[in-house]
Amino acid sequence: MEVVVKNLVKRYGGYKAVDNISFRVNKGEVLGFLGPNGAGKSTTMKIITCYLAPSEGDVEVGGYSILKEPEKVKQLIGYLPENNPLYLDMPIIEYLEFSALLQGVPRERVQERIREMIRVCGLMGEKHKQIGELSKGYRQRVGLAQAMIHDPQVLILDEPTTGLDPNQIVEIRKLIKEIGKEKTVILSTHNLPEVESTCDRILIINKGIIVADGTSQNLRGQAKGKEVIQVKIEDGSKAEVIAMLKSIPYIIKVDEMLGKENCYEIQAEKMGSPKRDIFKMCVDKHWVLTEMTTFETRLEDIFHDLTIN
Amino acid sequence: MARPSFIIAKKELQVFFDSLVAYILLITFLGFSGFFTWVYFRDVFFTKQASLVSFFDTAYWTLFFFIPALTMKMLAEESKSGTIELLLTKPVTTWQVLWGKFLACFMLIAIALLLTLPYFITVVNLGNVDKGVVLCGYFSLLLMSAAYISIGLFASSVTNNQIVALLLSLFIGVFLHKLLSIFSVALNGNAGEVLSYLSLESHYDSIARGVVDSRDIVYFISIVFVSMVMAESSLAKRRISE
Repeated sequence: MEVVVKNLVKRYGGYKAVDNISFRVNKGEVLGFLGPNGAGKSTTMKIITCYLAPSEGDVEVGGYSILKEPEKVKQLIGYLPENNPLYLDMPIIEYLEFSALLQGVPRERVQERIREMIRVCGLMGEKHKQIGELSKGYRQRVGLAQAMIHDPQVLILDEPTTGLDPNQIVEIRKLIKEIGKEKTVILSTHNLPEVESTCDRILIINKGIIVADGTSQNLRGQAKGKEVIQVKIEDGSKAEVIAMLKSIPYIIKVDEMLGKENCYEIQAEKMGSPKRDIFKMCVDKHWVLTEMTTFETRLEDIFHDLTIN
Repeated sequence: MARPSFIIAKKELQVFFDSLVAYILLITFLGFSGFFTWVYFRDVFFTKQASLVSFFDTAYWTLFFFIPALTMKMLAEESKSGTIELLLTKPVTTWQVLWGKFLACFMLIAIALLLTLPYFITVVNLGNVDKGVVLCGYFSLLLMSAAYISIGLFASSVTNNQIVALLLSLFIGVFLHKLLSIFSVALNGNAGEVLSYLSLESHYDSIARGVVDSRDIVYFISIVFVSMVMAESSLAKRRISE
């Protein structure tokens, strides 16, 4: 089921929390929604789930518009809101039953779905407790369980792994990947490794505007950042080597690496890689080049570049 | 349309009974009304009349204070804890949520009133009771409860703070019940008539006396309707401008 976001705008007073965002998520895709705090991630998710009304624009989920047929849209979506609000005074099973019935799960299938969710979300040992008695990680699992109870076509998760311990995080990521094979998943997070490991596609949003869209591989490619090359040149005086390196086209900056003999860190522009020129220079000068390593730009750096103005 | 309302009503009732609220309400309601009917002040033995007048008086005032206590958390707490987001992103409308909660409160009050039937049966055995008046008494209590529940839900929809919701609904209740009739006495002519029609007390009293007039029923239904519309729009407004 597709989710198509069209020219979405959300204003709070004069302030635009979401500023003309458009994107599309296809079936079988896990979309990671990234952005600093207050970038508009949660607002966008709240609009897709029909909780907030957009100021302009529309969202279509499986062909149904959130403006015209919100009830249809809500049936298709499973949603875990930010901060995972829950009825603390309800027992887990009663709560899951309530969610299932509201989501329109047929009465005869409700018990089966609850059992399934308790198994999938690892709530077996806690199932007879009240939600208020649970620790944060277990509450998060209850939140996930209620989001998936009706086996939704579209799953929208606002920071699904906060409060979970590392083992649970691994399990939940696996689960999300599994679900993402046949369903559409949109998840937001601050955790960059999480995006790399679970998402097929990344959307970075800043101040209400989409600043990057693509696979993590793509983003690295597009990154405006520079290529970083580390070289080790055995001969020649430091000053001479640095001066010669700097004269090579596209090289922006050469630094001597601290703590390592004869090693230099070179930053070069992406468009023309100077690796060949460095090699040629060493050959011409009869210097011995013993190491040359290029470093991929990390997602953190891309994120930083795109979201710090 | 109806199904989600019933699911919500069932859940709210479950929460009432799980959390002692229901038991406290039932016990104090039966205790108060029983005390004033049988034991103290204008009780049956003192007046030497087989009538339930003092029961209905006590029941009215007990419900007057209890209903806001039931409704105050209904929406205020949902907004505060954020569960309203969870609820409204399920395939239900704001209306269904409101009616579900209304229904839960109304059922609890109906249960409380049902449990007072032994009083009635006992009094009937003591002497000659005007059964029509008693029936109307119950009917007027139900109508009045419906009105106060909807007012309480409205009060709960405008704030995140339960205490504010409680005080607001009590204030609206006092205004409708007492202040309006005081003003209507003070004013002469048409203005007085209008205020007197708006006063809840006059409508309640006339049904409770045994005179069922369609105008009185229309009055209560309009209060329920207007309060629910206001509650709905205040919830919708908060979602647009949040």
